[in-house]
Amino acid sequence: MYQYIARRLLLAVPVLLGILFVTFSMARLLPGDPCRAALGERATAKVCDAFMKRYGLDKPIYIQFGIYLRDVLQGDLGISFRQGRSAVEILAERLPTTIELAFSAMLFATVVGIPLGIISAYWHNSPIDVVTMIWANIGVSMPVFVLGLLLEYTFAILFKDTFLWLPPSGRLSSGVTIPHLTATWKLENSSPALIGVLDFVSRLYIFNSLVTGNWKALGDALRHLLLPALAVGTIPLAIVARMTRSSILDVLGLDYIRTARAKGLNMSSVVFKHALRNALLPVVTIIGLSLGGLLSGAVLTETVFNLPGIGRSLFEAITARDYTVVQAFTLVVAVFYVAINLIVDLLYAFLDPRIRLG
Amino acid sequence: MQTDDLIFEREALPPEESKWRVTIRRLFRNRSSIVGLVILTVLTFIAIFAPLLSPYNPVKPLIGKENVKKREGPCIRLLGCPADKPEHYFGIDGNVRDVFSRVLFGARLSLVIGFTTVVFAVIIGTFLGLVSGFMGGWLDNTIMRVLDVLLAFPSLLLAIAIVTVLGPGLINALLAIGIVSIPTYARVTRASVLLIKELDYVSASTALGASDAYLMLRHILPNSLTPLIVQATLGIATAILDAAALSFLGLGAQHPTPEWGLMVGQEYKNVFNAPHLTFFPGIALMLVVLSFNLLGDGLRDALDPRLAQRLKV
Repeated sequence: MYQYIARRLLLAVPVLLGILFVTFSMARLLPGDPCRAALGERATAKVCDAFMKRYGLDKPIYIQFGIYLRDVLQGDLGISFRQGRSAVEILAERLPTTIELAFSAMLFATVVGIPLGIISAYWHNSPIDVVTMIWANIGVSMPVFVLGLLLEYTFAILFKDTFLWLPPSGRLSSGVTIPHLTATWKLENSSPALIGVLDFVSRLYIFNSLVTGNWKALGDALRHLLLPALAVGTIPLAIVARMTRSSILDVLGLDYIRTARAKGLNMSSVVFKHALRNALLPVVTIIGLSLGGLLSGAVLTETVFNLPGIGRSLFEAITARDYTVVQAFTLVVAVFYVAINLIVDLLYAFLDPRIRLG
Repeated sequence: MQTDDLIFEREALPPEESKWRVTIRRLFRNRSSIVGLVILTVLTFIAIFAPLLSPYNPVKPLIGKENVKKREGPCIRLLGCPADKPEHYFGIDGNVRDVFSRVLFGARLSLVIGFTTVVFAVIIGTFLGLVSGFMGGWLDNTIMRVLDVLLAFPSLLLAIAIVTVLGPGLINALLAIGIVSIPTYARVTRASVLLIKELDYVSASTALGASDAYLMLRHILPNSLTPLIVQATLGIATAILDAAALSFLGLGAQHPTPEWGLMVGQEYKNVFNAPHLTFFPGIALMLVVLSFNLLGDGLRDALDPRLAQRLKV
């Protein structure tokens, strides 16, 4: 097992280097010179020389790549030319929104998708199965942004003045505040590192309001999260439901299931005790892999619901031609994606001994 | 069972059918692929005859020509549209254009987008997968590692990154989506090539002195097409979705092109007072993606030998 983990970790290194190379070349391949892209068209030659020197852009390209690697490893992802702040700072500010969104969407997809898949497989070819699979097909075919907008319209306009009404945008209603954890716990004088971590955690509104028992804010934050999470979660939900169904049906055709049936076990205990354990293996993979698609979905959903997450700020950075931020965010998302894939692989090996021994 | 019965059954079997005819027959027995084919046929018909079917010019505003207002809702005679008002099935958009005509023309663009990106990606991906799987060694390693890096990015994000570098526009967006989907096809092809090149008939051909190029093109490629066709059909759906997403973000098709993603992107902030501007292009997008997904699933079932085995037993 340890050998397998070590091998998988080593294999991730060239991929990570490749990612760094891609994000590095992104900034270098941009049309026009980087100085005028950063400082504007009216920057003088003298200012530009100083700028190129300061960021090491006058050095040969392989040294530049070395500098970039060093900076990234030291946690320096550059400075946003538009906002005058470090990209890491912007990331730390925006990431919690996306984490909350991604986590709740995945939770929704798993908690609803797996039971739906089981039900469909158990009564397969019944009306329940057919209806579920029709909806699953529509679900995977619906563009995330269209679904988001339709949900917004349905719950904010059609259900206006009913108890089903849900807020169409933002993370909190105006007037509702979620205080900073450093303030709640009176930790203003602690180390900067702790304050940094608390700063980040405080922005996870659900977590923050849960630990501080701020129920009113919790309810409000949840109501705001519901529609975006539904929008982002629908595609993974459909994928998970379909995968669970076909995987269970595959397993039900195997010999050991026939043996279990021949022993006289009833169908439900065969499905739940024998088939499910093996059938859920591919589902684990598909859940992990959907997380990548989820991040793409977040860009669109955060735009539609006006949420200040990394997807939204990535989009804003692209339109503002704020390349350092685009570079930094792309890098972080790709690294996240690789990490998720790695975790899924390891989990899979843990669940299925044939893989780590084979 | 008696021996006589067996012989009788064997004699009653029809002559061996070609693989493609079997596939097509199975495809038409599959409910979901029929639905997919029907939607796709209708959309193709609309795409081809868009200029004849659409009542208005999809690009020119109707200002000064008709008594219509910006973002006015649908007006259909059957549903009680007053006789003094012009009929607009899907309403009017923010630039005073007929949405119905724009949606019809959008079918054209959408299908073209899906096919061109996938054809581009399939050609390059198949070539890379074929060479990689057949040659093996360092070439295989290099190609696959580079493709691994491409796969390390969520597809839409990588496409966004590429468009950022190339500059926004429909062609660049298509190029980006094409590049992003190359690894999938390369991997699918490589996987079947690895299986097929070990088969006896390939060794036989090698023994007869066939060149590498002949082996690859004549023997290996035609037999590795099956999974590729399924993947490409499903890939068209993804390509259309990604292209629409890029256009929605303003990175793909540009104003005034009647592209569905762009139509939603331009008007999504008005969803509360003009939902028809999101609804119609959105549903059109969903339908075209759905048709390719259903067809892809149906093809997979029709071409899957394991399933065929199960049906025979």
